[in-house]
Amino acid sequence: MENIYLTIVLAPLLGAIIAGFLGGRIGRAGAHWVAILGVGLSCLLSLYVLKGFLLDGLPTFDGAVYTWMVSDGIRFEIGFLVDKLTALMMGVVTFVSLMVHIYTIGYMADDEHNWPKESLAGRNGYQRFFSYISLFTFAMLMLVMSNNFLQLFFGWEAVGLVSYLLIGFWSVRESAIFANLKAFLVNRVGDFAFILGIAAVAMYFKSMDYQTVFALAPSLADTQIPIWGDTSWSLMTVICVLLFIGAMGKSAQVPLHVWLPDSMEGPTPISALIHAATMVTAGIFMVTRMSPLFELSETALSFVMVIGATTAFFMGLIGLVQNDIKRVVAYSTLSQLGYMVTALGASAYAAGIFHLMTHAFFKALLFLAAGSVIIAMHHDQDIRNMGGLRKYMPITWITFLIGSLALIGFPGFSGFFSKDAIIEAVHLSQVAGSGYASILLTLGVFVTALYSFRLYFIVFHGKERMDEHTRHHLHETPAVVWVPLVLLAIPSIFIGWMTVEAVLFGDWFKDVIHVAPQHDVLAQMGANFHGQAGFVLHGIMMPPFWLAMAGLVLAWFIYTMKPVIADIAMVRFSLIHRILDGKYGFDQLNMAVFAGGSRGLGKLFWVAGDRRLIDGLIINGTAKGVGQIAERLRGIQTGYLYHYAIAMILGLVGLMTIFVTF
Amino acid sequence: MIELSDFLMLGGILFSISVAGIFINRKNLIVLLMCIELMLLAVNMNFVAFSHFLGDMTGQVFVFFILTVAAAEAAIGLAILVVLFRNRRTIDVEDLDALKG
Repeated sequence: MENIYLTIVLAPLLGAIIAGFLGGRIGRAGAHWVAILGVGLSCLLSLYVLKGFLLDGLPTFDGAVYTWMVSDGIRFEIGFLVDKLTALMMGVVTFVSLMVHIYTIGYMADDEHNWPKESLAGRNGYQRFFSYISLFTFAMLMLVMSNNFLQLFFGWEAVGLVSYLLIGFWSVRESAIFANLKAFLVNRVGDFAFILGIAAVAMYFKSMDYQTVFALAPSLADTQIPIWGDTSWSLMTVICVLLFIGAMGKSAQVPLHVWLPDSMEGPTPISALIHAATMVTAGIFMVTRMSPLFELSETALSFVMVIGATTAFFMGLIGLVQNDIKRVVAYSTLSQLGYMVTALGASAYAAGIFHLMTHAFFKALLFLAAGSVIIAMHHDQDIRNMGGLRKYMPITWITFLIGSLALIGFPGFSGFFSKDAIIEAVHLSQVAGSGYASILLTLGVFVTALYSFRLYFIVFHGKERMDEHTRHHLHETPAVVWVPLVLLAIPSIFIGWMTVEAVLFGDWFKDVIHVAPQHDVLAQMGANFHGQAGFVLHGIMMPPFWLAMAGLVLAWFIYTMKPVIADIAMVRFSLIHRILDGKYGFDQLNMAVFAGGSRGLGKLFWVAGDRRLIDGLIINGTAKGVGQIAERLRGIQTGYLYHYAIAMILGLVGLMTIFVTF
Repeated sequence: MIELSDFLMLGGILFSISVAGIFINRKNLIVLLMCIELMLLAVNMNFVAFSHFLGDMTGQVFVFFILTVAAAEAAIGLAILVVLFRNRRTIDVEDLDALKG
């Protein structure tokens, strides 16, 4: 099996290398074929592995492939831990990635128009793009298949790097450069905490290996580490909170979420990739993987839950006022990530991963469908210029509708199972903060339905607001674009129904995720679980469903029947609208305090430290000092022989006096 | 009877005159060379005096060496002086101040 796992990881890397370095030679078709073949092979093998776990009872694989170094007894290895959690992630990542690869052929077909003429940066951009997205897949696979913290960190940083490259793919656009730098810097904040967490693990556990660490964890559960003075914190809380701050960066949780909406500057396929399969799911996966550690710290779980719930609700609200089609979907990602994180906080790791999986499909679908709309609209992303598109783009319309229904948790669709499970689990949770989280998540359902269907109705129904020229050219996108949509729509409908029993209440995650008995909310729910149909019926009787329906109907009423209501509401609640439009001021705060502060600090160091102290005082000051002393001393040197002679004689007399007297 | 101290005194006076000549003379470079010669002669005087009063001939042998060196030095010094005069058209000490920084 080791060879299969190696192939899964290395095939996308190979594709990325060939498409990247030989892009000019193999041409466009060569590049997309080699990348798609790499990821396709990886996807097939991942599905084979998944099938192995599902049907054939494949044993968990945990082994090192290569030992990089041994330092002070800690082994630094490249190794794979492939269990059911990994297999699930591999399947999701490679499948979504493959869909995105295929879709990219259509989306990037006219990429030349996005570059200025004769731009060197745009040369072979198509090949480079394929190279990056394959590399992205490789990085994510390294992350999920890792069996130690170091490789996890490698994958963690690698997805960060590739996301930087991809968000700033159109490097001639000012806004893209700003966005990718922002993404990189914000992630750096999280990563800093993350590596501190890993360092704490290495320090106290003397090992980087997951299994060793997890086995040791209970014995270190009561360890306290001194912070300063007499203050000491629980080791587990410190490690878990630090690791989770890393996850907050990658999975875009408040307040480190600011990079995610801006990442919309990249081409749409990578938005789908970042938001669905790679990158943002890394944090959720990591926390789930670390469940044996998180279970030991109630404080960390509370922290996780509160952060998640806050993100879920408040980021969803921003989605209500956005007018860029991709940004609405981006804020819905933030909100849904909040749901997943809240589930993790409630110890319902399986529900978090389950929502991750269903979300990966429908969010990739929504993004790719949005991209399809963008192609048809000639790269106009403003929803105020759209409307009535369903006549022109039937396949995009249907798939987008499926994605939206899955997103709001319409009964039977995949999102329903995962989201309902999360809300129920949080409701049952006893961890501090669960009351707050429960209320926010329930209200969040209404918000989700409202913004999803606001987007849907504005784009696909109502008046056609585009200009004559665009309307004339509106037509369904080519097959490379809509086939992935259809392929993603299928799991968006069915995957929840098919897997809910095994993943949430069955023994799929039995040996993988460790949940303390007093936290095990899913087991409580499992006791009341009587088949999918029962789950659906139960869901229909609960408030979240009615809230979702209320949101849907309200969106329908406002945006198809009486669009004027939206304008009235905007005026009436102008303060709220301003706050939401300003995204709660996080950007301003960051720009003013952190960006402005560090620029100010940099300027201070530059002016006072570099220019005054080092350049002024030390370098030029030394030269000037020598010059001034020399200026005075040169007066002594008259050039007259007799002055030198007298100096010699006086010196001789002086020395003789010294020798004679002493 | 002439004492050793008288000779030493004479040597000292000659030496001092030559040193003073070097400092005070601002005009002629030849005077400078003469002063240096005089300085060496003052030293010779001391050698001869000590040699005589201590009955050791080595001192007088040294005097011959010093005289030889002095002669050579005078020859070189005058040669430099001639070259200097050819280049600068002057041998005034006041004008020769090229040794400054």
